[in-house]
Amino acid sequence: MNLTLNIWRQDGPNAQGRMVTYQLADVSEHMSFLEMLDVLNEQLVEKGEEPIAFDSDCREGICGMCGLMINGKAHGPEVTTTCQLHMRSFNDGDTITVEPWRATAFPVLRDLVVDRSAFDRIIQAGGFISVNTGAAPEAHSVPVPKPKADRAFESAKCIGCGACVAACPNAAGMLFMGAKVTHLGELPQGQPERWARVVKMVAQHDHEGFGGCTNTGACADVCPKEIPLDVINQLNKDLRASMSKRA
Amino acid sequence: MTTTNPTPTADTFGMYTVGAPIADTKAPTTVPIDKMWTTRKFDAKLVNPSNRRKLTVIIVGTGLAGAAAAASLGEAGYNVQVFFYQDSARRAHSIAAQGGINAAKNYNGDGDSVYRLFYDTVKGGDYRARETNVYRLAEVSANIIDQCVAQGVPFAREYAGLLDNRSFGGTQVARTFYAAGQTGQQLLIGAYQALERQVAKGTVQEFKRHEMLELIVVDGRARGIVARNMVTGELETHLADAVVLASGGYGNVFFLSTNAMGCNVTATWRAHRKGAYFGNPCYTQIHPTCIPVAGDYQSKLTLMSESLRNDGRIWVPKRAEDCDKDPRQIPEEDRDYYLERIYPAFGNLVPRDIASRQAKNVCDEGRGVGPKVGDFRRGVYLDFAESIQRLGRAAIEEKYGNLFDMYAQITGESPYEVPMRIYPAVHYTMGGLWVDYDLQTSITGLYAAGEANFSDHGANRLGASSLMQCLGDGYFVLPNTIRDYLANGPFPKVAADAPEVTGALAAAQSRIDRLMAVNGERTVDSFHKELGHIMWEYCGMERTEEGLLKAIGLIRSLREEFWRNVRVLGSADTLNQSLERAGRVADFLELGELMCIDALHRRESCGGHFRAESQTDDGEALRHDDQFLYVAAWEFAGGGDGVVGTPVLHKEDLVYKSIELKQRSYK
Repeated sequence: MNLTLNIWRQDGPNAQGRMVTYQLADVSEHMSFLEMLDVLNEQLVEKGEEPIAFDSDCREGICGMCGLMINGKAHGPEVTTTCQLHMRSFNDGDTITVEPWRATAFPVLRDLVVDRSAFDRIIQAGGFISVNTGAAPEAHSVPVPKPKADRAFESAKCIGCGACVAACPNAAGMLFMGAKVTHLGELPQGQPERWARVVKMVAQHDHEGFGGCTNTGACADVCPKEIPLDVINQLNKDLRASMSKRA
Repeated sequence: MTTTNPTPTADTFGMYTVGAPIADTKAPTTVPIDKMWTTRKFDAKLVNPSNRRKLTVIIVGTGLAGAAAAASLGEAGYNVQVFFYQDSARRAHSIAAQGGINAAKNYNGDGDSVYRLFYDTVKGGDYRARETNVYRLAEVSANIIDQCVAQGVPFAREYAGLLDNRSFGGTQVARTFYAAGQTGQQLLIGAYQALERQVAKGTVQEFKRHEMLELIVVDGRARGIVARNMVTGELETHLADAVVLASGGYGNVFFLSTNAMGCNVTATWRAHRKGAYFGNPCYTQIHPTCIPVAGDYQSKLTLMSESLRNDGRIWVPKRAEDCDKDPRQIPEEDRDYYLERIYPAFGNLVPRDIASRQAKNVCDEGRGVGPKVGDFRRGVYLDFAESIQRLGRAAIEEKYGNLFDMYAQITGESPYEVPMRIYPAVHYTMGGLWVDYDLQTSITGLYAAGEANFSDHGANRLGASSLMQCLGDGYFVLPNTIRDYLANGPFPKVAADAPEVTGALAAAQSRIDRLMAVNGERTVDSFHKELGHIMWEYCGMERTEEGLLKAIGLIRSLREEFWRNVRVLGSADTLNQSLERAGRVADFLELGELMCIDALHRRESCGGHFRAESQTDDGEALRHDDQFLYVAAWEFAGGGDGVVGTPVLHKEDLVYKSIELKQRSYK
């Protein structure tokens, strides 16, 4: 298939960005979206033009490194990561617009590459269970009811890609944060720090410049790991409860 | 490390010289194997808590080994600096491991024990691993599970709330802990969270989007690194009392592999160039069940968990003329279930190396399936029709639903309707920097952990063992052994303008300048793809003397062309992904030659690699314990960029006191 691509180019964090149009011919429907960009980049280099910078690593949908706004939708038309999106989702003659994640908390570094360090700092604020190496009790000393273990796992599947933030009209990081609060809050090991954790993480989230949640559900719609919206309810519930628990 | 009898002799082809043998001197071999680790931990010197913050440890890589080591050393109170090329420590490629992690918990009462896990691992590695290290790995395995559970890793559980186990990779006991098909992700998130906790406490400092380009060695000790800030392009020197490389494997030398795009050998190769011996570089693992190559544009290969072989039957058409037919139209009598035919006892569950090689054989015969890439169809069927008929679609969906969906997403075909197509792909590298029992390399103060070292898997790694090794190294081994070294510190302060520091900085700068200046005709990827093709063709599943000699010639001329004709655009003082890749490919072009030389010298079939000149009458792998019962540790003897010289081979004899040597047989 032949495609017209409108791609965001930006030389550096403080440079003025612009949309640039490229034509790409003979795209196979079996290519992944990122392989299509690889092919475009090879052609650009051959022509003496600088290739387009974009992040990707595992290319199997698990590391969370890739993430593009494709025709205005985080990770494009399918519910998956950008690396797992294939060109069979597009048609010959299509025009495709490709932009970086857009959020105050995720500044652009170059072209389609953004800085998601804010997510790390939210985890640093409290997204962990404090146990030093060697201090762990025998694994079977604390049974975990299967429904709780399963819900913890479903929440822990988050890959930290940031699509939830990119899709949200408020650029909120609530699905990301709710997933972590739910993961750790469902487990007995996570209880001692549960109430302090949620307060610290929310404070960091707000400090980073993420917006607040207005329950549009846009985040859960695009989440490649299909983290359910109810983790945000859990986050809010825990935050409310923390007010009385900590008093 | 000890060296004796330094009598170099040249090999037949003049490709290498033989240096003094080496040996591990850290394992306390005077006590029984089950007392060694306890003894070593006791003998290793302690560092007073108040002195720890005065000691700086640099760690490169934040996969399971690096993140676990960084978190643990930070908790202990050392001053830790971690470097990684990704934008977050959580993205290291350990995250992609699917199947599970082994541990000798014996929760099922099915006869598992530390000794059995040790035995299986040494045997699975085809008796090419050091037994003392492997025994310790089995010993710490149970602690890993405790640690991860305490961190909140949501392993699969049974209804009683206890941990579930499964059998994996052909073992006869169920010792594999798992979290659906995302075990690596869950373990890494656990280690990452422990790491971020230390970042918040100020014991660990993170350097994200940083790539190590040189090792700084002062007075024979590793004292720091040169790293490039990949956003600003700035070269930085970082000094420390010890350096740990946990930078992963080098499977991307094949271009196409199941590794992440950024996985590279640069950190370990730069250390190798500074004197760290490289152990068994030719030991690579080819995983049998990956999605086949679809076209020239392909950037990576995707693994399908080998658990699929429990219910899928592998076949190709008996006749080459049937290969482009719809497989559902090919009658039973025209199908060759070749694994079931050749290995009736194990059938589709033969070990990874055998399944891989037989797939190659049938495709070489022209009986492969799927699209032609080049002259051959490279694929075999993995057919679930019979299982679906026997167990019902729902049962198969529950077991493999996420894998089937992943396959359908990539290929556009539903495995419920048509047989999957699979083909082997490079997955893991058992080789890596040579380390002793303490995980110290041949450079004092330089340690290697996880896939970056050569240690525990011999010539073939068993399923669910890499996660175990990485976390064992990171949480339990390294923090205990590195203190023995750090107790001698803090070492004399290295001046920023010391010649070793400015020299390393200048070397990194000049390599970048040279890459930017070539301004040739070919893209970096075109060189990488060509190198990968050479490696896969001649240093892949089956190797011959003739092929390896040819490969060495091809790699040499490709490397020469690279430095004359590569094109890197843009500037070095911005985020420049072409430049990053060019540096990595330059190192792969050197490593590739060493891998071929190592493969050439090892004239035996062993573990994951089959040497055509060494086979039994019925075409099975033949090991030569009389000649090759050793680790090949290679010393760099070259010069500047692209000049690899004639490497020196140091042999570490493998001594098995706790396990009997046997030839593997699966017939």
